[in-house]
This record gives sequence, structure tokens and C-alpha cells, in this order.
Amino acid sequence: MTRDEGTYKAQSQHAAKAETRHEGTYKAQAARAAGNTASEEKHGRQRTKMVAPPNDYLVPERDALLTPVLECRHLGIDFGGLKAVEDLNLMVGKTEIAGLIGPNGAGKTTVFNLLTKVYQPTRGTILLDGQDTAGMDTARVSREGIARTFQNIRLFDTLTVEDNVKIGLHNQVECGMWSGIFRAPRYWLSEQEFHKRALELLDVFNMADSAGDIAGSLPYGAQRRLEIVRALATNPKLLLLDEPAAGMNPVETEELMDNIVKIRDQFQIAVLLIEHDMDLVMGICEGIVVLNFGKVIAKGTPEEIQANPQVVEAYLGKQE
Amino acid sequence: MSFLIALINGISLGSVYAIIALGYTMVYGIAKMLNFAHGDVIMVGGYICFIAMNSLGLPPLVGILLSVVGCTCLGILVERAAYKPLREAPSLAVLITAIGVSYFLQNSALLIWGADPKAFPSVANFPSLKLLNGQLTINAVTIVTVLTATVVMVGLTFFTQRTKMGKAMRACSEDKGAAQLMGINVDTTISMVFAIGSGLAAIAGVLLCSAYPTLMPTTGSMPGIKAFTAAVFGGIGSIPGAMLGGILLGVIEIMAKTYISTQLSDAIVFGVLIVVLLIRPAGLLGKEIREKV
Amino acid sequence: MDKIRNMSKESRSNFITYGMVIVAFLIMQALSSMHAISSSMTGLLVPITAYICMAISLNLVVGVSGELSLGHAGFMSVGAFTGVVAAAALAGVVESTMLRLLLSIIIAGAAAALAGILIGIPVMRLRGDYLAIVTLAFGEIIKNLLNNLYVGLDARGLHFSMTDTASLGMDGGKVLVNGPQGAVGFPMISTFTAGFLLVMFTLFVVQNLINSRSGRAIMAVRDNRIAAESVGIDTTKYRLMAFVVSAALAGMAGALYAQNYTAIVPKKFDFNTSILILVFVVLGGMGNIRGGIISAALLTILPEKLRFIGDYRMLMYAIVLILVMLFSNNAQVRMRVETLRDRITRRVDDRLGEQDAKGGDAR
Repeated sequence: MTRDEGTYKAQSQHAAKAETRHEGTYKAQAARAAGNTASEEKHGRQRTKMVAPPNDYLVPERDALLTPVLECRHLGIDFGGLKAVEDLNLMVGKTEIAGLIGPNGAGKTTVFNLLTKVYQPTRGTILLDGQDTAGMDTARVSREGIARTFQNIRLFDTLTVEDNVKIGLHNQVECGMWSGIFRAPRYWLSEQEFHKRALELLDVFNMADSAGDIAGSLPYGAQRRLEIVRALATNPKLLLLDEPAAGMNPVETEELMDNIVKIRDQFQIAVLLIEHDMDLVMGICEGIVVLNFGKVIAKGTPEEIQANPQVVEAYLGKQE
Repeated sequence: MSFLIALINGISLGSVYAIIALGYTMVYGIAKMLNFAHGDVIMVGGYICFIAMNSLGLPPLVGILLSVVGCTCLGILVERAAYKPLREAPSLAVLITAIGVSYFLQNSALLIWGADPKAFPSVANFPSLKLLNGQLTINAVTIVTVLTATVVMVGLTFFTQRTKMGKAMRACSEDKGAAQLMGINVDTTISMVFAIGSGLAAIAGVLLCSAYPTLMPTTGSMPGIKAFTAAVFGGIGSIPGAMLGGILLGVIEIMAKTYISTQLSDAIVFGVLIVVLLIRPAGLLGKEIREKV
Repeated sequence: MDKIRNMSKESRSNFITYGMVIVAFLIMQALSSMHAISSSMTGLLVPITAYICMAISLNLVVGVSGELSLGHAGFMSVGAFTGVVAAAALAGVVESTMLRLLLSIIIAGAAAALAGILIGIPVMRLRGDYLAIVTLAFGEIIKNLLNNLYVGLDARGLHFSMTDTASLGMDGGKVLVNGPQGAVGFPMISTFTAGFLLVMFTLFVVQNLINSRSGRAIMAVRDNRIAAESVGIDTTKYRLMAFVVSAALAGMAGALYAQNYTAIVPKKFDFNTSILILVFVVLGGMGNIRGGIISAALLTILPEKLRFIGDYRMLMYAIVLILVMLFSNNAQVRMRVETLRDRITRRVDDRLGEQDAKGGDAR
């Protein structure tokens, strides 16, 4: 059996347990509903069951009065019978650097795939800057302001570094097909704009020198940085980074941490990152959410998370 | 009654398509390549049987056997010489090579046997079956075709599900690297698939030529394309899919010819394929593979 | 001068391609005016230009957009038949044959673009080999439909039918397209110059498209569809764009090709023609426009030049095709060929060296 399969088994067992627990509450609800029928008949309309909305959201104080850039309510997705993500409630402040951590197979990347609509959620709501993203596809969500990088780097390998960024700028500069083919004035203006902005963005990571290189031939660390630049080029409100430090050496990681903070300060955007490097997470994240078996097991500041016994258990197993 | 006749003819033609489609689908499943030369193996099979029966005067059964052996060797040879060196190459390169092999076989046949069509003698030399007071005549070739197809399908299902080689084949089509790590000889397995596919093509060639008795160097092209369509129709890579796809395609083709238009039957067949793929993008029995993000 | 130095690598490469086509055209033009080329070769000039256009346009789909299309000849045939009918209909209206050819090519391009949109919308729902088989199916459907198309022209205008000539309901006039017999008895108005201009136009459209915002989006989808979506690119739109532009250009090439003859049958544009064009593209190097042009020209001439070996020529063609694919895609085969080449060049170099030495002595 491969390791993946192992974790799946474990997950499904866990999910099954959760199922029985839920069944219990459902049964209780059903019983209550049955009790209600008498009063319903009396009044001729159904009694609404009232519940409290999730209220364990945490955002930095400076963002408290602003519309949060991201709010997930009861977000969930099933793959067959497996609940890969369940009842995820999450809020990311306007300029927050937030961390999403958890052991392997916890469903972190699945959350990113839900936010960017690579998968359509089975349940729940995603609000981007207060706007419901239901029914949108990946491209639309990107236009509305979510940009991401990928765990297994996905660059446009055969194109140059500059072209990769220009493609990121696709929706920022207009130039239609006909203008492009027949070289209308619009084309020349747009190309100038593309070139200028691409170099500006590459400068953020000091990559302007390699603008002409082929993206696929860059060293690993540079490819990860280029992916961030490309994501920034889409002018996002929220930047999702999937293991940005994976494969980087400590020096590069240190640099990356500075750069992430710099990006946030310069562009005034929010960052949500998945990372296994705890120095990075504890060093720059303001709020942290811990996921295990598709469920949130803890939320809080780095200090709170480090002291949380459930988190320690999730990572290290139960200490007897 | 005409409906019944059309249905029987459709199943008969479809059985031939299914046998050819099996070769396509097995090769695709394991080598992930569209073997465009497969249709021409049919033609070679037809010629070998024709030579055996007409020039050497051998009985039909021996002719079929010779043709199966010949095509099996041809299949292995082609795989070793042209496809094996390209196992790591981009799929388009393999596709073009397969097209090259197809041209090669067609033009070799042209040089050896000439361009003029040969009248193929039926291998089923017993009288046709008359049912319902002679209202329904099923000719011998139809019976032989349907029976052969049934035997082939049952045999192949048994082979892939039960035998060690069959299991190795399925393992290779899932993941060649993992199969190799489990001690399966991938090269032998792929050769085996080409051998079986080409052997089946030979049988299909003989049956096809018995039903439609003109044999030319280009005889294999159109049935090849149709059978390929059938394989995709059923979900390429899936063995039951190829059988289902082949038979459905044959029935649709004959029905379209009988009830709509002889001239437009090809357009209708391909039209149905397109509609099916739009509804089920991986074919009737194919499974959709999602890219992991 | 400064401008040339500042030009990007791509635009420099584009200008080399234009230059190559212009020089080739001038040489061929000069040769044919001096009657220095055989008549069979002269007859090939327009088909070569048409095939070059086909190769460039298919490259847009296969090389740039990364989708395997096996029905490109279908668009060529839509263009061919539309072009012939349009030219016949315009015969009374437009006097100049050059202008008539131009108009028929434009109309043919529009018709093929329309076919491209109609086919492309369903096709773009699929990917990979399934997309390939559906383009093949559409190619066959187009051939099949054209095989049953009857078009007539009389004083009242154009008449269409899908059954036979009798049902056209013609009042005198002339049958332009006669089902499986195809279009017959139309004037040969295509010229080598027109073909050259069409090649230049096709190059212009494709190269400019590639080096624009839309072209980058098309290549982004090819390189990594999921990443392209993640930066907000509507992948279906750009795949369709490449497909339709390519179809339009193929239609124009079809109109040019057809009007180089006096009769044309739908069977001419079958699966084998689609494959032939695909071979041009793959041998020229996917996405490599210049390579596609060269291989289209060479492979159109090759069978003609191999005519002296008679029936063996297509066999040779097949063997060459297989060997080239093996050579360009297998490291072992390539290594073996390269050692062989090194040995030959070394021998040649040695001999040249000897000659040099001798020459030195003489001086």
C-alpha cells in the first residue's frame, strides 16, 4: 500500500467516526422537529431553527473595521464519501499575513483549490472582499482578486521570465486579437505597458536581470519567486502561497520572509500561506489556522498555536 | 423484418469493428499511443489469408492461422523497430511514426500485390441459415463473424482478468514504472499487447474481407479509422468499452444506411461519436482522469 | 539601425522568416521566367504555397496552442469549394481575375472561419486524444457532406441541394459542384504571385498573433492550463481563437489551391491530407514556423523528385519519415548517426586539409 493510500484510509476512518457523531445530532434534531409538528400545525407555518453563525474569526486589530478580504463559512468538500474539508470557518483581514498549517494530508491544498475554484465546494460560502464567489470559475476568481502559487511549481516553462509575468498581467492591460494581428496603435501602447510593468514587478524580487531567460531553466528557488511575481501581476487582493519555501535553503527562506512582508506592505494585500517550515510560519504569520483531517483544530497567534496541546498532538501524536 | 435484418448485419459489422478496436484500445491502454498502422495490419492479414487460400490452395482454417501468425510477428516487429525506441518521446512523434509505418505497409502491399482489387473468397463455405420460413436469411459469414467475436471477447476478458500476463498488462497500463518495480518485464508485456492486437487484426481482416470481398492495399484504412472511432466511443483504454463501442458503431452505421441515407452514413456515424464525447468526454465506459493540482 | 538592434529576439526571427520566403519567391520567379525549371515543377509552385499556408496555420493549433488536430484538411476543403463557387458567382460582376481571386479567397476564409467556430465550440470541451479524434470525425463529416453537395448557378443566382443535380431546380445555367465528382470546369486563376502573397499574409497573421497579448495567452494555456486559469485567462476562449484563426487561414489556402486546377473533388481533402500537413508541422519542429515552411516545401517536392524510382517513391517517403522521427527523438539513434557523421566530416576535413596544404605549396 502506498503512503497516500494509508493516509486516505486513516482519513476515511476518521470521517466515518465523525459521521456517527453527526448522525447522533441529526437524530436529535429530527426528534425535536417531530415534536415541533404539533405547534407547526397550530400556526400553519414552519418554525425556523436558529443557529449562531461561526464567531471564532480572528483578524489583526488594524483590519478589524475593514471588510475582510476572505471569509469562508462552513466550507466543505466531499470526494466520494470522504469529507476532505469539513466545516471550515476562516477569516483573513485586509492586510493580514495568515498561515494555514497542518500535517500531511490535512487538506490544506484542497482549501486553496476550493478558494480558487479548481474544485467547486460541496457546502458553504466563500466571500471575497464581501462578495460571494459561488458559481465563479478559476479565471473569474482570479479576476476578482485571488492569486495563487502551486505546491508543484506551475510556470509557463517554455516561455521567458518576462513573458510569464506578462501573462500574469493579462487582465491588467487590454489589447484585443485584431489589434494584435494588425499591429494597431493600441498594440504598441499595450506592449510598452506590459514591458514596463513586468520589469517593475520583477524588480520586487530583484529578478529583472533574468527577464530574458526561459522560465523552465531557472533554478528552483528562482522558479518559486517567479511564480509569486506572476501571481502578484494579476493585481490580487489575496495572495495564496502554497509552500513557498519548499526546497529553499535557510538563507533563501530568510530572504523570502522579508519579501513576503515587503509585498504585503507595498501592495497592501493579504497573504494566506501554507508552509511546513515553522520558522517561516511563526516568524511572519499574524494569525494561524491549523487543519487536521479536513477540520480546523486550532486558531490563534503563533504563540497560542505553539502552546496548543491539540496541535502538538496532531503533529507528534498523543504523548502518554 | 427489415429492422431485424439490419440489426443482424449491424451486429456482424460491429463485431469486426470491435475486434479491430480491441487492438487499438489495448495498445493505447499500455503504450498511450494512437497506433494508426493498426488498420493496415488488417489489410496484411487479409492478403496473407488470400495468398494461402488462392495461390497455395490451403483450407480456410490454415489460411486464417497463417495470417494470425504472420500478423502477430509483424506486430512485434513493428513495435520493436519503430515504437520501442520512441517510448520516452513526445506522443506526437510516436503518432507520426505510426503514420509512417502505415504508409510503409500500404506501399509495400502495393508493390507486392499490386493496386488492383482481389476478389476474396469467403472463409465460411457453408450454406446460409434460413429462419422464419425463409423470410430471414442469415448468411454464413455473419454467423462466423458473430461467433468469432464472442469467442475473442470472452477469451480476452478471461486473459486480462485471470492470467498472470493479463494482470501484468493491466498493471503496466496503470503505471509502467510501478509495474517495473514489481518485477514485471514492461518490454515483454508491451510486445505481448502488440502481438495480441495484431493477431486480432488478422482475424478481423479475414472476416472483413469475407463479408466485403474486395482486397486492396487501402482496404484497412477506413475500417481502421472506424474501429479507432469505436475504441474512443467506448472509452479508449477500456476493453469492454471497445467491444461495446465497436458493436454500437456497426449497428448505427447499418441503421443509418438502411433508414436515413447511404451517402451520409459516415457523417452520421461520426456525428454520433461527437455527441457521445460531448456528453461523456471520456467515452461510454472510459474513466475520466483528473489532473492533480 | 538602432531599431534593429533593439528589436527583440522574436521579431528578428520573424523578419528572417519573411526574408527567407521573399528570397525563395524571387529565386523561383527568376528561374521560371528563364524557363530553368521543369514543367512539373512549375505546376507544383502554387500547391507548394498552399501547403506552406496550411503548415503555418496548423502550426498555430498544434505547435502554439498545443492541440492535436487531425481534420485540418476539412477546413481546406470548405475554403476550396466556397472559393470556387464564390469566384463563379462573381464572374459576371468582377472583371479583374486578380480581384476575383482575392475576393474568393476572403470569402473562403470567412466560410472556413465559420466552420471553425461551429466545430470549435464543441471540440474545445475536450482535451488531448479525445480532441484529436473529434477533429478527425469533423474532417470526415465535412468530406462526407461535400460529397453530397450540389451547387448550381443560373440567371436567378445560386442553387444548393444535398440530393442530386435535378433537385437544384435550375433554369439553364451551370452546375458548379456535382456531388462526388466535385467542382468542375472552373477557370484556373491562381498564380504563383498570389500564392506568395498569401504565404506572406498567413505568416503576418500567425507571427503577429503569437507575439501579442492573445498569443501569449494561447501559449500559456498550452504550457500549463491550470496555471493559465489561475492568472485569469479564459482558456476556452484562447484555444478557440487559435483554432478559428487557423481554420480561416486554411480556408484561404484551400481557395488558392483549388483554383490552381479546373476540377477538384472532396476526396482530395481527406484524412490523408490532414495527416500530410501534420507531418509538415511535426517534421519542421512543433511551433517552429520557419521549420514548417521548409518541410512543407521539401516534402511537396520530394515525391515529385522521387518519381524516377517509380512505385518505390511512397515507400521511400514512409521510410524517410520513420527514420527522421527515430533520429530526432531517440538519443541512441541520434548518437549513432552523429558518430557516423563525425567520421565522415573528419575524413572530408582531412582531405580538405590535404588540399589546403597542397594549395599552400602551389602558391
